[in-house]
Amino acid sequence: MSREFTIIGAGVAGLCVATELVSRGAKVALHDTQGLPGPASCSWWAGGMLAPFCEGEAAPEAVVRLGRAAAGWWQGHGVPVTHNGTLVIALGRDRQELDRFARRTKDHSRLDAPAIAALEPDLGERFSTALFYAGEAHLAPREALSVLAARLAQNGVAINTDAAPPSASHIDCRGLAARDSLRDLRGVKGEMLILRCPQIDLKRPVRLLHPRIPIYLVPRGDGVYMLGATQIESNDRNRATVRSVLELLSAAYALHPAFGEAEILEVGVDARPAFPDNVPRVIRQGGVVHANGLFRHGFLLAPALAGMVADHVLNGARPELFHEYHP
Amino acid sequence: MARFYGTDLPTALMLGTSLYPSPAVMAEAFRRSGASVATVSIRREAASGTAGEDFWSLIRQLGVRVLPNTAGCHSAREAITTAQMARELFETDWIKLEVIGHTDTLQPDPFALVEAAKVLVADGFKVFPYTTEDLIVAEKLLDAGCEVLMPWGAPIGSGLGLTNIHGLKTLRAQFPEVPMVIDAGLGLPSHAAMAMEMGFDAVLLNTAVAKAGDPAAMAEAFAKALQAGKLARAADPMEPRNMASPSTPLIGKAFLS
Repeated sequence: MSREFTIIGAGVAGLCVATELVSRGAKVALHDTQGLPGPASCSWWAGGMLAPFCEGEAAPEAVVRLGRAAAGWWQGHGVPVTHNGTLVIALGRDRQELDRFARRTKDHSRLDAPAIAALEPDLGERFSTALFYAGEAHLAPREALSVLAARLAQNGVAINTDAAPPSASHIDCRGLAARDSLRDLRGVKGEMLILRCPQIDLKRPVRLLHPRIPIYLVPRGDGVYMLGATQIESNDRNRATVRSVLELLSAAYALHPAFGEAEILEVGVDARPAFPDNVPRVIRQGGVVHANGLFRHGFLLAPALAGMVADHVLNGARPELFHEYHP
Repeated sequence: MARFYGTDLPTALMLGTSLYPSPAVMAEAFRRSGASVATVSIRREAASGTAGEDFWSLIRQLGVRVLPNTAGCHSAREAITTAQMARELFETDWIKLEVIGHTDTLQPDPFALVEAAKVLVADGFKVFPYTTEDLIVAEKLLDAGCEVLMPWGAPIGSGLGLTNIHGLKTLRAQFPEVPMVIDAGLGLPSHAAMAMEMGFDAVLLNTAVAKAGDPAAMAEAFAKALQAGKLARAADPMEPRNMASPSTPLIGKAFLS
């Protein structure tokens, strides 16, 4: 017997849940009034770093542990993943930040200038020490979302843009829009830029530590980079502020002055859905199952969260991140 | 303990609300610190108005008095506007007045500080000015109507502790009746204990707790250090002396030979 599940929301959470359920033989209907993944979805603006060890600097142990399976999951579902690791650096006067970061994270090695140059020739002469997380990976979020949507379509699951039929039991993956029913869900505003800088050739995500304005650059290929990201307690998803863009661009310029010549292709803004502990949850509330609160870990944790949703709805399991809310 | 604008605070800790790994960790740090005041930056932490409302309600749920600040303001005008927004948002006339003079060191601009303090006091605010240990600036701030001073320990976020002990002692001695909070630059609980031993009335900190590996544990460590420092101050510590002073009698032994 195969049950049919209605999933609302086709961002990274909804697409991963749909993919996971279909791969376990369930029937799925997917609804999103916005249709195919696009700029209205928070995950459109994501960095796409699959960097569980680096995230462990500020995130709880579960994020590191659950995030380790992400790269394999994405690859298993046809999404190209680049396994080039992560490079973490700091400017001279913030050197202590690197020591702190090293103390609080695992699975890294310390590089000197020649080793940095061997990995990233553009950075070797600018930085004398770095941390390298060889086991980390990255993907291109928009490509990943499109691949999942296309594969679901091949399996007969199209994204229905009509409002979902009224139903007491569905899987709610609407992200921040689910604030109407999840009282402790909040938005954490993120601002990012997409730059084209052909003079610079980075092969892996680079994180620049700074006590106030940590940034990262994720290569998208062809000299295109995603530069992120601010983290501001706000539900605003509309506009980037001058201060945020200035801070991001200044940090990129400090990383390498060639970014001064980069073209600004896009300025992106959205608000990440987050619970108070910034850890995602599978929530049963009445007949509805929510998968939400992925915070800044959409591509890192959506696969694990999708697995938990499937365990719950197919087998009645109460997985690790399971919560019960009373309507 | 000193009264801050007529208010008794149950503990000597004012704790900031930025830079925590999550709001849940922040709430736990507040619980274990017993902090009696939460400082919030309405410019830097969250959007003003409804967009930041969720975070403001988390702050209100901490159940402690809120001291909004004007962090990130670089002119008297900006600080005044921010203070007015803060009063509306948190329904309090308390304001930690911070006017930054230098982006890199975050050193306060004493001239703009005094200017903004005058305007805000006249507008009915109870101003907590973030200042240096400079005596003349302190005097001008008191003249402007401030009834509390918040001298720095060291530059914001530096964690260096009390870098000018002599200057801070002089300030304390010069204005014995003025409630004073050591604000900024503390890195370790021992720094907080020292501030209390020197007779300061409270400390304000953020980074030392929020950026610790275990913020809640560090918050509790600060709470204990503050208690120790306060108890020691009240116990009237011995005066330091330049030579050993044996605690056992020396009769019959050769000494000072």
